[in-house]
Amino acid sequence: MKRRNFLKACVIGGATITLGKTNKGWASGSFEGYPEAMGVLVDTTRCIGCRSCEAACNKEQNLPEPETSFTDKSVFEENRRPTSTAYTVVNEYEKKASEGPVYRKIQCNHCNEPACLTSCFVNAYTKTKEGAVIYNPKICVGCRNCMIACPFNVPGYSYESATNPVVKKCILCYDTRLKNGRPPACVEICPQEALTFGHRADLVKLAHERIRENPERYYDHVYGEKEVGGTSWMYLSRVPFDKIGFDTTLSNDPIISNVKDFLGMVPMVLSIWPALFSGIHLLSKKEGHDDHGHHNEPGQEG
Amino acid sequence: MPSFRTFILAALALSLMATQAWSTSLPDSVTLNQNGKLYKPFSFDHAKHISLIKECSDCHHHTTGTLVTDPNCVRCHANSSPTAVVSCKGCHSSTPFSPATLAEKREAKGRYHLDKIGLKGAMHENCIGCHSKRSQGPVGCQECHPRTKDGDAFYNADKQARGPAAKHAKSE
Ligand code: SF4
Ligand code: SF4
Ligand code: SF4
Repeated sequence: MKRRNFLKACVIGGATITLGKTNKGWASGSFEGYPEAMGVLVDTTRCIGCRSCEAACNKEQNLPEPETSFTDKSVFEENRRPTSTAYTVVNEYEKKASEGPVYRKIQCNHCNEPACLTSCFVNAYTKTKEGAVIYNPKICVGCRNCMIACPFNVPGYSYESATNPVVKKCILCYDTRLKNGRPPACVEICPQEALTFGHRADLVKLAHERIRENPERYYDHVYGEKEVGGTSWMYLSRVPFDKIGFDTTLSNDPIISNVKDFLGMVPMVLSIWPALFSGIHLLSKKEGHDDHGHHNEPGQEG
Repeated sequence: MPSFRTFILAALALSLMATQAWSTSLPDSVTLNQNGKLYKPFSFDHAKHISLIKECSDCHHHTTGTLVTDPNCVRCHANSSPTAVVSCKGCHSSTPFSPATLAEKREAKGRYHLDKIGLKGAMHENCIGCHSKRSQGPVGCQECHPRTKDGDAFYNADKQARGPAAKHAKSE
């Protein structure tokens, strides 16, 4: 289905089953994000897969005990995703490369224009001026729209309370550290300084500088500089990004700009949101790409 | 200009002292990770590394030994002399991301070395980098520094691997 036809269908569908109207403000920051936003540059060429960042996050965020020790390397047999009990995970790629494997830490990327935020009809999410995308679990109604909307499949759900499941994800250590200017726990513990914390704008420059100075060490791209409108967490890699599990089909437009205008006119109802955003997720792929369900492709998990 | 001459003399004296201090205090071993909480302090065998590697600048790039040869560094540092402070912590900050360090970096916009790695990163990359390149020397965490009790708790070391099926929390 062409994008326009899809949107039209949604508009008609939405209009015919209108029950109420959301008056959500689309104030998720400018296209470049907040000027003072902080971020983290992940240099996968430095990461040794020690999983210390996972352990640090577990303690900092008071998450439940892991099933196996954070020193257990057998977890690398699978490609893991962040969950409600592990806000960050490290995966291993390029296992047979002569230069050695590539490790990649995954967590919420703290988008400049977060699709999770714009998809949330109760406004549980906030993009802070420091760049963190945080949420209020007391407001969250557990509808899982953000989970569907997120281009990186990040938000997890906690079912501790059967009646009130709430979203759980990396908050850039906002409460305990970021808002006081301190680096996140995972950044601080990393032995290799694979994680560089700083102002996002500075990190973009620094990332390009690393590539320029060591062209043989890096693939010439900074993932997250432009993808979906830019993210606070950005990545450098030795190999092309699709080889280490990144979704390289995402467009540079924020997920929301595809729909911003027409969402303003259409009264939204809860029932069509999930369908709508899964559609938008697909539409955000670059045009002409043969999209055969990247969710199911091994090693291609956003 | 007497004050200028005094300054020069003082500087000379200082640099002499520094050179002397360096030649007399070349340590055979160095205790690293002295304030470690998760891992214990350990003794680094400096003498053994000297006899194995011989070239000081392999580790102490540009501060001592053969001066810079990297074409990128040579552009500015072709004539730079060895520095008075040779130890890693002389240049690499132990708090590379503290608000103070970040603010200082922001002020120094014209500085070239804005991407200087912190102390912990510098040491680990130097050691592990060289050890893996030469396939010689320890690369695992505990091969250099055994964990403390706090470290065991931090890494949930008591939770043993239980085989692939039980490995990770259910995705959601
Ligand atoms: S990565 Fe996903 S959860 Fe994180 S801010 Fe972006 S859209 Fe939201
Ligand atoms: S920033 Fe904080 S919450 Fe996010 S992965 Fe790192 S330690 Fe966990
Ligand atoms: S702590 Fe650093 S080196 Fe270790 S796995 Fe995490 S990012 Fe990689």
